[in-house]
Amino acid sequence: MDTPKHQLVITPGLSSANYWKDIYRYRELFYMLSWRDIKVRYKQTAIGVLWSVLRPLLTMAILVLVFGYFAKLPTSGDYPYPLLVLAGLIPWQFFANATSESGNSLLDNQNLITKVYFPRIIIPLSATVTSFVDFLIALMLFLPLMLIYRFTPSWHIVFIPAFTILIFLLSFGFGTILTALNVKYRDFRYVLPFIVQIGLYLSPVGYSTEIVPLKAQWLYSLNPMVGIIEGFRWCLLGESSLQFGQLMVSLAVTFFILALGIRYFRKTEKYFADLI
Amino acid sequence: MSEIAIKVENLSKSYRIRKGEAARYTALRDVMAERAAQFFNHLKKGQNPFSQSGQHEIFWALDDVSFEVKQGEVMGVIGRNGAGKSTLLKILSRITEPDKGRITLNGRVASLLEVGTGFHPELTGRENIYLSGAILGMRREEIKKRFDEIVDFAGVEKFLDTPVKRYSSGMYVRLGFAVAAHLETEILLVDEVLAVGDAEFQQKCIGKMHDVGKHGKSILLVSHNMGSIRRLCQKSFLMDNGSIALFSNTEDCITEYVSCNRYSKTDLSLIKKNRSGSGIVRLSEVFFQDSNTGKRLNELISGQAVDLIIKYKSKELAINLIRDLQIGVSIYDEEKGFVTVLNNRMSNYLFENVGSEGVLICSLGKISFMYGAYNCIFNLLINHVLSDRVEGVCRFKVMEGDYYESGFSNCHDRSGIYVNQKWQIL
Repeated sequence: MDTPKHQLVITPGLSSANYWKDIYRYRELFYMLSWRDIKVRYKQTAIGVLWSVLRPLLTMAILVLVFGYFAKLPTSGDYPYPLLVLAGLIPWQFFANATSESGNSLLDNQNLITKVYFPRIIIPLSATVTSFVDFLIALMLFLPLMLIYRFTPSWHIVFIPAFTILIFLLSFGFGTILTALNVKYRDFRYVLPFIVQIGLYLSPVGYSTEIVPLKAQWLYSLNPMVGIIEGFRWCLLGESSLQFGQLMVSLAVTFFILALGIRYFRKTEKYFADLI
Repeated sequence: MSEIAIKVENLSKSYRIRKGEAARYTALRDVMAERAAQFFNHLKKGQNPFSQSGQHEIFWALDDVSFEVKQGEVMGVIGRNGAGKSTLLKILSRITEPDKGRITLNGRVASLLEVGTGFHPELTGRENIYLSGAILGMRREEIKKRFDEIVDFAGVEKFLDTPVKRYSSGMYVRLGFAVAAHLETEILLVDEVLAVGDAEFQQKCIGKMHDVGKHGKSILLVSHNMGSIRRLCQKSFLMDNGSIALFSNTEDCITEYVSCNRYSKTDLSLIKKNRSGSGIVRLSEVFFQDSNTGKRLNELISGQAVDLIIKYKSKELAINLIRDLQIGVSIYDEEKGFVTVLNNRMSNYLFENVGSEGVLICSLGKISFMYGAYNCIFNLLINHVLSDRVEGVCRFKVMEGDYYESGFSNCHDRSGIYVNQKWQIL
């Protein structure tokens, strides 16, 4: 046999010692799992890819109707209200989908977890990637809408990748905490949709951050999605109520959640196979 | 070269189990309720409300297990449910971590704890080959190289681009095993997967496993099917309560496993429940024994020559001769379905003018029960009057065996009975 000689010594605590190396070693499996999730996602729904466009579009229509038309919430800049909503909605839907998908990912893949070894963190990661593909498709929605409203984006648009990375890390971090909790406490999955639902109103999706009273702004900004959504608005629409301080808070909270997520996940993942 | 492929030293694994009724999983609301209750309890007693009392018991699933598997060796692992076999395989395949001990694995390891690991029903056969291969640890190029071989082995060429959810269960199993059988690893861990698949394919898999064994692949095989263990493994070990009870050649292990007498009560003298009859003469002991060795058995193997031993004793010594004794044994399966009855009168053996105390032997020859657990009801009639009726004793288990001595079985742990058969072509 021409394969190099492998030797593996299993002792207690082995997987923590080689944690990051193992993830790299199993990168091919990560590609395969992401590929599987993406493939299955677009195979299962009859309208497939169209769904990832239709969903934000319909939600946008409703939010515009409720917030813009009925409630007549003010907009700051000279851009149409639907664009304001869409710029908030697309990142929000990515966050919501990614956290709930990765939140349930370990339980959805329990047949794998109890049958083969691989670094478990690959699973919520590939679930996040799947939602990310949806996000990229939905982002394309901006092109026709900007044409319809004859709106020219400013040079800020070059910062989109930076905010994309930020929201990816936040969703992944949050997802790892949720999925680990979900394995440990089985009734947690009923809490999850609720968190996502109230999050929609606690984030500036259907409205601009400006309408939040100044006194409450600092508290409001603790929600990392505030800085990120306003960041996307700033990139796509050229202006927004984004403040530098707000952005820094979002950045700090994102990295805190990411670190906490990975830490908690690592602490509990050894027992996943025993718990499931 | 007889290098060591798997070396396990002092391996131990414990689980914490909650006292009282063990919940299948934890629910957040239970934990919160429990913590709250504890908090107030401690508060009442003046203890630190935040400390937690030790409510857990430690259960050692594996306790100081050591063994070695040489390169190219096929090692069988047998034992009852809960003996630690599956935990051992899970630790070897790194699904869970040990608490103590050390394992050295020389070579790449693949574990086959399920047929079709990672298959997704929505994906096609072709896609699933790549997916399952990746999950089992194959690289993409390896799968590509072996792709045609895998498809050929499974015999699913025509359905390669059909989602596997439309596959028949046989096709599904064939494809799953084909992927696993082509793994280029030096060590293969197999758990009970041979029990599936149709007859022809099962034979093919066993052949394939034999082949890989000859090419230096080491296999650790866990199975309840004594037939396949016997066919495949030269050496085996028997596990009991998390440790190795016997490490020897396969035959010895199977004999030991089967003769372990722990499953049911055989001494009836103290049994009062489910017992009726006049009680003039009572059954005192019932058990099975191997016809050839005379060893007491509790788990039988299909095709094994077995005797049922029934001891009886009259209550009053006054009776010194029983004019007519009739014994009937009704055998039921686990679902309380009637299987058969043994009866001396029915089979034309009469016990007339027998002693007040004695031993009856019912030679069953090769037993034709298939896999399963069985229950007996004993009826003892003295002079045509029911004297003793006992239920729920002499429960016995039958392990799948090679009833027809053909070296081939496709019953896969299904229950039923074997029927003597002769085949010819006209």
